[in-house]
Amino acid sequence: MSTPVTTVMPDRDPLWSRLRAQLRNLAPFATLIALVALFSSLSPSFATWGNLANILQQVSITAIIAVGLTFVILCAEIDLSVASVANATGILLAFLTVQDASVNIANLPLPGGLSIPLALAGCLMLGAVTAFGVTRIGIPSFIMTLAMLQIGNGIGALLVRGQIAYTVPDLVTTLGSGSIGPVPWIVVVASTVLLTGHLVLTYTRFGRYVYMVGGNREAAEHSGVGVRAIIGAAMLISAACSGLAGMLGVAYFGSAQQNQFDNYLLDAISAVVVGGTSLFGGQGGIGNTIIGLLVLGVLNNGLDHVRMDSFLKILIRGLVLLLALVINVYAQRLRSHARAAG
Amino acid sequence: MQAEGPPLLELRGVTKRFAGVTALSDIDFTLRTGELHGLVGENGAGKSTLMKIIAGMHPEYEGEMRLAGRPVRFRSPRDARDAGIGMVHQELSIVPELSVAENVLLGAQPVNRLGLVSWGAMQRQARVQLAALGIAVDPTVPAGSLPLGLQQMVELARVVLSGVRILILDEPTSALSPPEVERLFALLDRLRTSGTGVVFISHFLDDILRVSDTVTVFRNGRRIATAAAAKTGKPWLIEHMIGAGHERLEESYTAELALPPRPAAPAVLEACGLGVAGLFDDVSFRIHAGEVLGLYGFMGSGQLELARALSGKLPLERGTVRVDGTPARLRGGTPAAKRAGIAFVPESRRAMLFAPEPVTRNVTIALLERIHRILLRPAAERRIAEAQVRELGIRPARVDLPVGALSGGNQQKVALARWLAHLPRVLLLSEPTRGMDVGAKDDVVRIVRGLQAQGIAILVTSSEPETVLSLADRILVMRRGRVAREFADEPVGKDRLLAAA
Ligand SMILES: Nc1ncnc2c1ncn2[C@@H]1O[C@H](COP(=O)(O)OP(=O)(O)OP(=O)(O)O)[C@@H](O)[C@H]1O
Ligand SMILES: [Mg+2]
Repeated sequence: MSTPVTTVMPDRDPLWSRLRAQLRNLAPFATLIALVALFSSLSPSFATWGNLANILQQVSITAIIAVGLTFVILCAEIDLSVASVANATGILLAFLTVQDASVNIANLPLPGGLSIPLALAGCLMLGAVTAFGVTRIGIPSFIMTLAMLQIGNGIGALLVRGQIAYTVPDLVTTLGSGSIGPVPWIVVVASTVLLTGHLVLTYTRFGRYVYMVGGNREAAEHSGVGVRAIIGAAMLISAACSGLAGMLGVAYFGSAQQNQFDNYLLDAISAVVVGGTSLFGGQGGIGNTIIGLLVLGVLNNGLDHVRMDSFLKILIRGLVLLLALVINVYAQRLRSHARAAG
Repeated sequence: MQAEGPPLLELRGVTKRFAGVTALSDIDFTLRTGELHGLVGENGAGKSTLMKIIAGMHPEYEGEMRLAGRPVRFRSPRDARDAGIGMVHQELSIVPELSVAENVLLGAQPVNRLGLVSWGAMQRQARVQLAALGIAVDPTVPAGSLPLGLQQMVELARVVLSGVRILILDEPTSALSPPEVERLFALLDRLRTSGTGVVFISHFLDDILRVSDTVTVFRNGRRIATAAAAKTGKPWLIEHMIGAGHERLEESYTAELALPPRPAAPAVLEACGLGVAGLFDDVSFRIHAGEVLGLYGFMGSGQLELARALSGKLPLERGTVRVDGTPARLRGGTPAAKRAGIAFVPESRRAMLFAPEPVTRNVTIALLERIHRILLRPAAERRIAEAQVRELGIRPARVDLPVGALSGGNQQKVALARWLAHLPRVLLLSEPTRGMDVGAKDDVVRIVRGLQAQGIAILVTSSEPETVLSLADRILVMRRGRVAREFADEPVGKDRLLAAA
């Protein structure tokens, strides 16, 4: 192979082609830096340590949900039931905990922290139903999890019947709303979940299978990978993460009631997609999700700091998601162009 | 046949580099009006790359291109199409979800006065174009539901009859059965008479010599020779492709050869009464340790589906499969087949490889559980991949390249490499030499012989007589889903196989 000569043509400039290949990872990162610079210059109260802690705390619940969702999206599936499963699990937890006399719910209080494993088992059961529907019956995950969204809402509604519960086990209260020194516990939990997700995806055999199943399902099957088991496991992980987020969320909000997680579905999907994980599966990871979370967190928080009209804020978030989708699909197209095999 | 028409397409000094790899250096290439130009060369010689430049898929290159005397530089495949250049790619590019008719008329759907796609007109026109290639398929079914050979014909129908001035066919026949190939050649003949310039890439040197007016040989990204086809021959082609001293290669597939007697070794794979409605029925056979069984049949005779069923991909409806005497429970899909010791290399690379992933991961995906239970060991993976790349002579010999950047034949080797690092009991190879150059085909023969010596059972499924003839110890011929004839311990040649199919 002869040595490459220097040239101005973009295709042969290694730096340029490497940048293009990294569009998926670079675009979100550049966005994050631009947003931080923008808000810092617009508002003196933005770039402070206190506000950083705020932002981290604000994205923590989304982060926990987004970890499970990252697994699912990497498999080229989707889970629309995350927020609803979170809500149902949070309500179930409160339902199984001794409530204050003023709370008017016919609940089943259990002693001590027994409600925690039971609530977790509950969300895993929901996840197992989703996994069964998607992998065994063959219902597209988009539809299956839409049904599960409704089922989760239904379970929550039946348990609290429009009422509000306040008490959860002490452990959950501490993790959801306490702090060690200046650091809120929920940020610690979210970081741990993110780190674990990252380690699993990057360094374990299961993680590799997740990427391969998402990258080319048929090829994974032909390699003897248990594709259905992998997708089912991703669905279970997603449900477990949602359940954890739901339990901590109840402590974080200070109450358990219907529909209190509704925003988190869109937030979690946005975080994963804005971060650059491919909607077509097989590309991306927790690193991307972290950047996505920070972009959304900074955007939300920053818009408040510059006193943005809160109604306009909703629109802006929608536009950001749209832009992220465009980049996501465009990055995918670049890839498939680059490999138009032969 | 001699083409003396005016130059239609001229390339001068074309060089193309991919980050660090020079795929083409200083190529001159001329295609004349009404000329059928055969292009041959080893895997990775740069044939597809040059054609992609002509078809506007690689806008950045050095050198110049003239179309009917006028300098052109295509920025996109669309530019090239607008200039009358059509290309059938080595990798199928049909859209599996769309109907056959939509695929045939992709980008040229007839519209009615309201600007809506006219479905009736579309189906009629698709039928006409398909009929020109002698194919009768329902234009309304999804193209992905057809067998590979028919998908290839659908793609050919789209490009060949779209009224192009220059037609590029990159290994169009590798998935076709002999009658389909004949129909394609007849059609090319007609196109040539009407002044179309055709570039035809193939590893079937006999075909190249038969249909071409002119042949060009590439080696290592350089044009080595161009000559009138009538003045050359197979030895000439092979010599220019890979150098002198390979006279042996040219004969191996044409001569009548004698199949060895049945081995005394125990049966490894026993298939009994296999059937899937509409695909194949009542198929029984055994493969002994160290034996290669060839399964030959035209496209659509059921042999590819049979291999898929044995791999666990396609659920068997009837029959039993035993490996070393133990029943294989194929209901559990491909993981169950793998546990039973059955490994499968399918005919389509797209169904086998993870294009954006590096070679390493493509090689090790099937044996991760052997490398480690839970955690990955990248260094061990790399060592295994490097050993396989060396063993199989995969070029370029870099395990970190995305597999999609390798040439077609080298991708095929990567697909094979996956199962060689830890041997299965039964290896199912579907069209194992499709798209490989003569040298690489010889490599596959060598690899299969090596595996055989280690006592595994191998099933080679193909619709190319040459493939089964060069590999198999015993040959079953399938016709319309049933075993029509068995060749064992007797002389057999291409004509006898064809006659039995
Ligand atoms: N997108 C790409 N990126 C990097 N290298 C590439 C790319 N496409 C092709 N190459 C390299 O260019 C060389 C020529 O490849 P090409 O596909 O043109 O070979 P070919 O002659 O068509 O071979 P085959 O008969 O196997 O199809 C190979 O070494 C290949 O690895
Ligand atoms: Mg090629």
